[in-house]
Amino acid sequence: MILSAKNLTVAFGEMRAVDEAAFTVERGESFGLVGESGSGKSTVLRVLAGLIEDWSGSIAFDGKALGRTRDRAFYSRVQMVFQDPYGSLHPRQTIDSALAEPLAIHKMDRHEQRIEKALEEVGLGSGFRFRYPHQLSGGQRQRVAIARALIVEPEMLLLDEPTSALDVSIQAEVLNLLDALRKAHNLTFVMVSHNLAVVAHMCRRLAVMNRGRIVEEMDRDALRRGEAKDPYTRRLMAASRGYDRKLAESFKTLD
Amino acid sequence: MEKPLVVIEDLHVSFRTQTRVVDAVRGVSLVMGKEKIGIVGESGSGKSVTGRALLGLTPPNGRVEAKRLEFDGQDLRGLDAEGWRHLRGRRMAMVMQDPKFSLNPVMTVGRQIAEAYGTHFKAGRAEARDKALAALEAVQIRDPSRVFDLYPHEVSGGMGQRAMIAMMLVAEPDLLIADEPTSALDVTVQMQVLAILDDLVARRGMGLIFVSHDLDLVAAFCDRVLVMYGGRVVETLKASELSAARHPYTRGLLDCVPRLERAQAKLNVLERDPSWLEGA
Ligand SMILES: Nc1ncnc2c1ncn2[C@@H]1O[C@H](COP(=O)(O)OP(=O)(O)OP(=O)(O)O)[C@@H](O)[C@H]1O
Ligand SMILES: Nc1ncnc2c1ncn2[C@@H]1O[C@H](COP(=O)(O)OP(=O)(O)OP(=O)(O)O)[C@@H](O)[C@H]1O
Ligand SMILES: [Mg+2]
Ligand SMILES: [Mg+2]
Repeated sequence: MILSAKNLTVAFGEMRAVDEAAFTVERGESFGLVGESGSGKSTVLRVLAGLIEDWSGSIAFDGKALGRTRDRAFYSRVQMVFQDPYGSLHPRQTIDSALAEPLAIHKMDRHEQRIEKALEEVGLGSGFRFRYPHQLSGGQRQRVAIARALIVEPEMLLLDEPTSALDVSIQAEVLNLLDALRKAHNLTFVMVSHNLAVVAHMCRRLAVMNRGRIVEEMDRDALRRGEAKDPYTRRLMAASRGYDRKLAESFKTLD
Repeated sequence: MEKPLVVIEDLHVSFRTQTRVVDAVRGVSLVMGKEKIGIVGESGSGKSVTGRALLGLTPPNGRVEAKRLEFDGQDLRGLDAEGWRHLRGRRMAMVMQDPKFSLNPVMTVGRQIAEAYGTHFKAGRAEARDKALAALEAVQIRDPSRVFDLYPHEVSGGMGQRAMIAMMLVAEPDLLIADEPTSALDVTVQMQVLAILDDLVARRGMGLIFVSHDLDLVAAFCDRVLVMYGGRVVETLKASELSAARHPYTRGLLDCVPRLERAQAKLNVLERDPSWLEGA
């Protein structure tokens, strides 16, 4: 087991964004987090990444309890890909320096080769290397964010909607790449996604969140078969079958 | 046919960068009425650039050329700042792909929506606030009065997207360009937000350009679909016939979609053919 969280609670004022969440993740596994918008998924990842200091409960990473802050060694082992790639790329920094920065922080060698390889792996040619974030499309920015996380060769990746900004062909390439890297290097993923088919493809197990709570945990086979116990999960599965005006109405009355 | 809402003929947009000129849009044409047009296509194929050109929001290093570029009969080429001020926001609006980037980081979400309403309708503070709260509630925000007072960095990805949608909708535009407006929403919320857009098109006669990577969604939700590749529209289809697309790019795209009911060791990827960049 590489990661375990118990009684994890995060409050913003009166509101509990994460409420007594508990889960474990095995080394080399890919664990999915799905759930309603605003249910606390990104908050869970941000706590794991050490970006929120005000939480209660306990988290253990690789056998050691995690405190409020994380040291540099932690970030060479755990990297996060953010939901909104604009926020994670500095507007006045070229792609090249965005990729060189983590290499410098973690004192890694062969910058030139690593940058070229990282861009190559996410399907961006070297033509993009000296552009600024606003000169890229949404999907191109997201791929830079993924390259930036992979370039330091972490053990665990926290992925927040890593492919929702990508067209399905690039999504397939990025997911295949992530999966291959995971298998080759025994990487661990914790992955948030709204796309149940993506989660079923990538993750052996998943947790479903609603209003800060983990309401259900299941494996991918149960997800594929549509076996859900919790009412919210059942709604999620019904809605994932495609846009349906009548179903949308029924959600309103259910609320 | 009724008077078209938008006429785009042979639109070209290019950008000057440090190293070269990027031809982002190369001859896009579209005539649309009060309908739901989906745009799908390759990342970097020019979807957002097309939307921004229609709204006169091309950055300074870009150059826009078109044989025709019209909104509601009005020529948009060479429109001055004053002209744009009348149209943008009030009559034509765009929900940007990166909501947190388009929201003002130092103003609460609710105030931004209220100000948008106040500017367009010359309403007082209290009325604008009520409208903003109602708009947040309409996009399924659970606790509108709490969220009203949050700053953009304090809302979740999907809440930011919904705040953007709410902000555009209070102005009741005649044309809404929605660039990946629901990509951060779980399917239950997404479906309810789409129902709102659906109603605006059906009841108020709004035109909607809906950019999305979700092929199934576009097929079920839109009336017509444009498929873009390399800055061009390679295929236009009735949305309901998307699954019967002919162009090899569109076919390949459909084949890359992971499916809940189909387990695969590896996802199918697309073999891109250089010839897709050329010709009709
Ligand atoms: N800094 C903050 N201050 C106040 N509230 C916050 C803050 N950060 C997050 N929240 C609140 O916590 C809740 C959970 O947010 P979170 O970003 O974790 O949701 P999410 O599940 O990732 O949603 P989405 O799918 O829309 O991205 C939301 O109601 C949000 O407004
Ligand atoms: N300001 C700019 N300077 C230089 N190139 C730009 C600029 N803005 C966009 N581009 C380029 O124009 C092309 C089209 O970009 P656009 O944002 O329209 O893509 P898109 O189809 O919306 O892709 P995505 O699905 O990834 O959002 C891309 O190759 C992008 O890198
Ligand atoms: Mg989130
Ligand atoms: Mg785009």
